[in-house]
Amino acid sequence: MEPAAIKNEQKAHKQENMKKVKGSEAVLLSLIEEGVEIMFGYPGGSIMPIYDALYDHQEKIKHILTRHEQGAAHAAQGYARATGKVGVCMATSGPGATNLITGIADAMLDSTPMVCITGQVGSLLLGTDAFQETDVIGITMPVTKWNFQVTKAADIPSAIAKAFYIARTGRPGPVLIDITKDAQFAETEFKYKKFEGIRSYIPVPKVDTEKIEDAANLIDKAKKPLALIGQGVILGGAEKEVIAFLEKSGIPFAWTLLGLSAIPTDHPLNVGMLGMHGNYGPNKLTNECDVLIGIGMRFDDRVTGDVKRYAKQAKVIHMEIDPAEINKNVKCSVAILGDVKETLPMLTQKVKTNLHHEWIHEFKKCMDIEIEKVITKDMYPEKPGLSMAEVIRRINENAKGEAIMVTDVGQHQMVAARYTKFNHTRSIVTSGGLGTMGFGLPAAIGAKLGMPGKQVIAIIGDGGFQMTIQELGTIFQTGVAVKIVILNNDFLGMVRQWQQLFFDKRYSSTELINPDFLMIAKGYCIDGQRVSKREDLDDAVKKMLDHNGPYLLEVKVEKEGNVFPMVPAGSSVSEIRLE
Amino acid sequence: MEQEFTITAFSENSIGLLNRVTIIFTRRHINIESLTVSQSSIKGVHKFTIVVITTLEKIEKVTKQIEKLVEVLKAFYHTNDELIRQEIALYKVPTEALLKSNEVENIVRKNGARILEVTPDFTVIEKTGDKTETQELFELLERVSGTLQFTRSGIVAITKNKHELLTQYLKEMDSIKYSNN
Repeated sequence: MEPAAIKNEQKAHKQENMKKVKGSEAVLLSLIEEGVEIMFGYPGGSIMPIYDALYDHQEKIKHILTRHEQGAAHAAQGYARATGKVGVCMATSGPGATNLITGIADAMLDSTPMVCITGQVGSLLLGTDAFQETDVIGITMPVTKWNFQVTKAADIPSAIAKAFYIARTGRPGPVLIDITKDAQFAETEFKYKKFEGIRSYIPVPKVDTEKIEDAANLIDKAKKPLALIGQGVILGGAEKEVIAFLEKSGIPFAWTLLGLSAIPTDHPLNVGMLGMHGNYGPNKLTNECDVLIGIGMRFDDRVTGDVKRYAKQAKVIHMEIDPAEINKNVKCSVAILGDVKETLPMLTQKVKTNLHHEWIHEFKKCMDIEIEKVITKDMYPEKPGLSMAEVIRRINENAKGEAIMVTDVGQHQMVAARYTKFNHTRSIVTSGGLGTMGFGLPAAIGAKLGMPGKQVIAIIGDGGFQMTIQELGTIFQTGVAVKIVILNNDFLGMVRQWQQLFFDKRYSSTELINPDFLMIAKGYCIDGQRVSKREDLDDAVKKMLDHNGPYLLEVKVEKEGNVFPMVPAGSSVSEIRLE
Repeated sequence: MEQEFTITAFSENSIGLLNRVTIIFTRRHINIESLTVSQSSIKGVHKFTIVVITTLEKIEKVTKQIEKLVEVLKAFYHTNDELIRQEIALYKVPTEALLKSNEVENIVRKNGARILEVTPDFTVIEKTGDKTETQELFELLERVSGTLQFTRSGIVAITKNKHELLTQYLKEMDSIKYSNN
C-alpha cells in the first residue's frame, strides 16, 4: 500500500477509537460490551434518547416491551434466575422508576444479579420537583447493592462497567444506574474498560484453611449430621462440588426453597425441603441432629421458625460468602467464609468417607408418617374437588423433571415446591425472600426468553395472576411459549388458610370473585382450557405441553384446601403440624 | 442489655453514602445519638463517628452490615473505655451577668473553658471535654446566669490502639492495582 494511503488508514483507525458518541449511544455500546443480549423495559420521556439509540442496535440487543415496569423488573429476574446471567431492565423517571421498586427489592432479598437503568430529568432540574422527577437514588438505597446517578456522559461507560461488576460478583444483587437526560444527549468519547475491582469491596472473602480443618473434625465425629442446601450452591455453580461432599461424608441434605433443584430430587441423600411448609422429617430432626451444616443459605426465619428454639443442641457450621450473614440469625461454631465452589472441595478433601444409614432411616420414618397423613391425601384425593398437589403430580408425570417451574406466591407455590421433581439445576424460579405476588407471569417470560430450549411452566394462583395480568400482552406481542397453569380456588388461599387456623375462619377480604380467565387469554390470542374434573386433567396437561405457543390452563381446585405440614409463625420447627 | 457504643467507619468519599449508613440504623429502630463525618487522616478516606445506645448483639450485626456497603472500607465498634472522646460546646450568656459579678468568670476559669466572643448583649463561652463535663457546665451556667443559647458538636474519637486501624488494611488493598477508568 502507498505511504499516503497507510497514513490515512491509520488516521481513520485512530478516529474510530476516539469517536465521539452521544451518552445514550454510550449506554448501548456499554451494554453490548457486557454481553447483554436481552433486556426488558418501558420507554418514557426521560429515557427517550436511550430508546432512540436502541433502535440502531436491534440485531445485537433484543428489547422486550412489557406492559408495566414491574413486569420488566420481574422478567429481568426470571431471566437471571434461569440463566445465571445478569438481568437488565430499563424504565423512565418518576413513576417508571418507582414501578421497578418491588422487583428490585425482590432481587435484593433473593440475591439475584440485576442491572436497572432509569432515565432522570435533566441535571439542572434535579431537586426542583420537576415533571416525572423522583429521587430514585434515595428511594432505592435500602433495596440495592449499589446505585449511582450519572450526570455527565463521560461517566456512563465506567458506571455501567462498575454496575455489572457489583451485580454479578460475590453475593449477587440488584444495582441501579440513574442517567439524567442531558447526560444522555451530551457527547463523549467512548472507551470501554471492564471493571476490575475497588479496594472497598471484597466480593469473595479469603478462605481460612484452619476453619476447614475445624469443620472437618466436627463432621467426622458427628453421629447425626444434617446439611442444609441453599441458593448459594446454585449461585456459585457448585452443584457438582456439593454432591461430591455429601456422597463422601454420607450426610443427608435438606434444601431451602431457593436451593431447590441444585441436586436432582431423587438423589438418595435428599431428605426433603426445609421451611414453614417443608417436609416433616427435616424440620423435626433439625432439633435432633448433632452437627448442622448450612451451605450457601442464610437461616431465614421461614427456615428456622422460632430461632431461640432452633438447633440449640447442634454444632453449627456455616459456609457462606457474605460475612454479615455469619451469626446474624443463628450462632455458628465454625464459619467458613468463601465461595462454596472453592470451599466445598477443600472440605471434601479433609473429611473422612462415612455412612449414616441409621440416621437417614429416621428421615424415612418421618416421611412415611408424612405420606400417610398428608401426601397421599394431597396427591390422590378421594373427594371430588381437585387438589393443587394432584395437578403438580400430573405435570411431573408429563414434564418428567425437564421443565423450568416458575411460581407465583401462596399456597400453590408451596405445593409446587414440595412436589415438583427436578432433574437439573436452575429449574425453579420463585420469589422467596420478598414473597411477591404477581412475580410468576413476568418471571416466566424472562425465564423462557433466557432458556428458549426448555419447557417453562408457570404455576400461578388466581390472586397473584391478576396482579400482573397485563403481561399477557407481552406474551401476545412476543409469542413467547410460556405454559401458564392457574390453580384457581377463588380465594387468596394462603391468607384464607391462616384465617381458618388462627382467626376463627373470619374470611376478611380473602374471597375473590374472578373473571373468565380463558376469555381474557383469548382476547390476547392465547389458547387455553379450563378443567374442573379429575378425568380431564391428564389430557389437558399433555395438550398444554404439546401446544405450539403460549397456553393457559385454568384448573378449578377445591376452595378451602390447606397446605400441610406447617410450622406456625413463632413456633419451633419441632412443633411442625401435620394437620 | 443496652449500653453506649461508638462506631467508626472509613469510606470512600461518595455522595449519598451517609444516607445508606443511617438507613442501617433506622431499619433496626436504633436511634443515632451523635454523628460526625469528616476527612480522616488518610487522603481520600472519610471517617464516620456514630454514637448509639444498643445491645452488644445488635452492634456486632450493624457493624458488619455497614462494612458490607460497597463504598465502605472498614467499620469498627468500640465501647466507651476503648476510646478517648471529646466534644465542643458553645454557651451564649448575657454579658450583663459578667458585669454584675465575678461568678461567671470564676466558673469559666475553674472549668477550663474560655471566652470566645464578647458583644454588648451576649458573650460566648467555649468548652472542650466529654459529655458529662460539658453538661455539668451547662447546668451550672443555667443556674448562675441563665443561657441564651447552647449547642454541642458530635463527638470526635480516637482509639486507644497505637496506630490507625485502617492503615495496614489500606496498604494491603492499595498494593492490588486496579486499572479502572
